[in-house]
Amino acid sequence: MTSLTLSQVTKTFGANRALDGVGFTVAPGERVALLGHNGAGKSTLMKIILGLIPFDSGAITVLGAAPGSHAARRKVAYLPENVAFHPSLTGLEQLRYYLRLRGERPATAMDLLARVGLADAAKRRIGTYSKGMRQRVGLAQALIGNPRLLVLDEPTSGLDPVSRREFYAMLDGLAAEGAAILLSSHALTEVEARTDRIVILSKGVMVANDTLAALRRQAALPIHLHVTTRPDQADAVARSLDGARMNGVTVDLTCGHDQKLARLGQITALGAMIEDVEVIPPSLEDLYSHFSRQTDTRTQP
Amino acid sequence: MTRISASAGAEFRIALRNRWVTIAVAMMALFSMVLSAAGSAPTGALGVDKLSVTVASLTSLAVYLVPLVALLMSFDAIAGEVERGTLPLVLTYPVSRAELLLGKFVAHLAILALAVAVGYGIAAGAAFYFDPRASAGLPALFRLFWTSLLLGAAFLAIGYALSAIARRPGAAAGLAIGLWLVMIVLYDLGLLAGVVADGGGYFTTHVFPWLLIGNPADAFRLYNLAASEATAAAAGISGAANTIPPGQALASILLWPLVGLGLATLAFRKVTP
Ligand SMILES: Nc1ncnc2c1ncn2[C@@H]1O[C@H](COP(=O)(O)OP(=O)(O)OP(=O)(O)O)[C@@H](O)[C@H]1O
Ligand SMILES: [Mg+2]
Repeated sequence: MTSLTLSQVTKTFGANRALDGVGFTVAPGERVALLGHNGAGKSTLMKIILGLIPFDSGAITVLGAAPGSHAARRKVAYLPENVAFHPSLTGLEQLRYYLRLRGERPATAMDLLARVGLADAAKRRIGTYSKGMRQRVGLAQALIGNPRLLVLDEPTSGLDPVSRREFYAMLDGLAAEGAAILLSSHALTEVEARTDRIVILSKGVMVANDTLAALRRQAALPIHLHVTTRPDQADAVARSLDGARMNGVTVDLTCGHDQKLARLGQITALGAMIEDVEVIPPSLEDLYSHFSRQTDTRTQP
Repeated sequence: MTRISASAGAEFRIALRNRWVTIAVAMMALFSMVLSAAGSAPTGALGVDKLSVTVASLTSLAVYLVPLVALLMSFDAIAGEVERGTLPLVLTYPVSRAELLLGKFVAHLAILALAVAVGYGIAAGAAFYFDPRASAGLPALFRLFWTSLLLGAAFLAIGYALSAIARRPGAAAGLAIGLWLVMIVLYDLGLLAGVVADGGGYFTTHVFPWLLIGNPADAFRLYNLAASEATAAAAGISGAANTIPPGQALASILLWPLVGLGLATLAFRKVTP
């Protein structure tokens, strides 16, 4: 059974088509990253999944229930983008309130705050918190009550690099316990290593939905081979491999996915001339541009 | 139930921090003190105890002040959350909009009860100080207290409805002040003008009484004044009002909070975060 199923979800704001036939699933224990340009429809999709805004057509099941139904809300956690709290409450009071709304023991509020590194600031008003600290309160509330689906809209925005790493470690733990996770992000490098699958939205259209490896194959973007040669051998190596010499000791080769092994064979055949070789697959940025461009050309007249 | 009390607790704390509790209590206390000072002159040998007289003046004061304090506390309830952006998150919790609204209502009503109790307490204290027979007016004071809460409850609920309809704190504040002016000040003037123009015709005998008890503030005044004969003469409203049974006025002030909360819930359901 999947935790989240979307099919043919469409949403328009007036004449603006924010989502157009979006469909994908998230399984228990799976971490799915939702990527896309500003205004691609990521936040809109998340709000629809939570039942905060209605959608025009399509079907959505959240943990076997309708989005926004009481049954779904009991087991779904949400972190909105630009999360806001009442500035007059302290972090501790705010979390105790959320715990009570979920029918959990308010006494665990301090533990949750400690998990996101806010133990020292717990008794200060949220109005005095920094942006990252507010974001952490948002993360802490998303951990309440063993959620089965977490919908996190740009969860790492405003977090420092160390906190980001801790955050993804926390997600790994939740996913290992079987929670399904859907998160949006603009930080492609961190998503690359920390999620199982990638969904790319471009102007409301889903242009990609697969694992990173599969997307790489599908896009068939060139792979870069960085060959480091012995001193003074760069020209000779560049000539025999038909590559571009970068500097005295580096030659850059590009090749398709299917030619990779053959190319590596040619490089190893050069034997003593070669010091090292590095295979650089297309980055997520490259893939992202590739898939996002597809719709741009399709929608343009 | 725990969800309503959780929401009420948070709301009460916020009101405390925002000085709303202090402001409401100070306002009621100040006006009661001014009123007691103004009415401290000996009433003469009318045979009416001091507290009953105080209750009569408190009634006219409460008609203006209680709805005002209630609207001031409630206009921001939903529009403020929309403005701050706190609404989307809380609406994904397993709590209904009616429960959230009831939580705010309980907290605000508690604050109002505190303010009214302090205000009336001060006035009653002054009455006892000047007149040892004042205990005769205690039942009227209790009646005034709980009907004031019902009046406040009605205007809290109406304030939430306005807040949900306006969706912006500025617009909600404007609506609240406009509503207060219309329902508390202009309404009676309009009715009076109607009665005068009608000269004892159909309007005065058949329409006017219903219009009068239809307004919770007038129903509140009617009920309290009718219930204490001692001050019936002090009622400024024309004789036709005396024909309205107090029971109907009471029904009106009992119904209004419920109707208001119903309206507020409906309006809140229409708000998309
Ligand atoms: N309430 C609304 N009314 C009208 N249009 C809206 C509304 N909410 C979103 N939109 C439009 O829907 C589109 C998608 O917006 P959305 O906020 O989902 O983008 P996003 O992918 O989250 O962008 P970002 O990366 O900047 O957060 C945009 O064109 C936006 O203008
Ligand atoms: Mg967004």
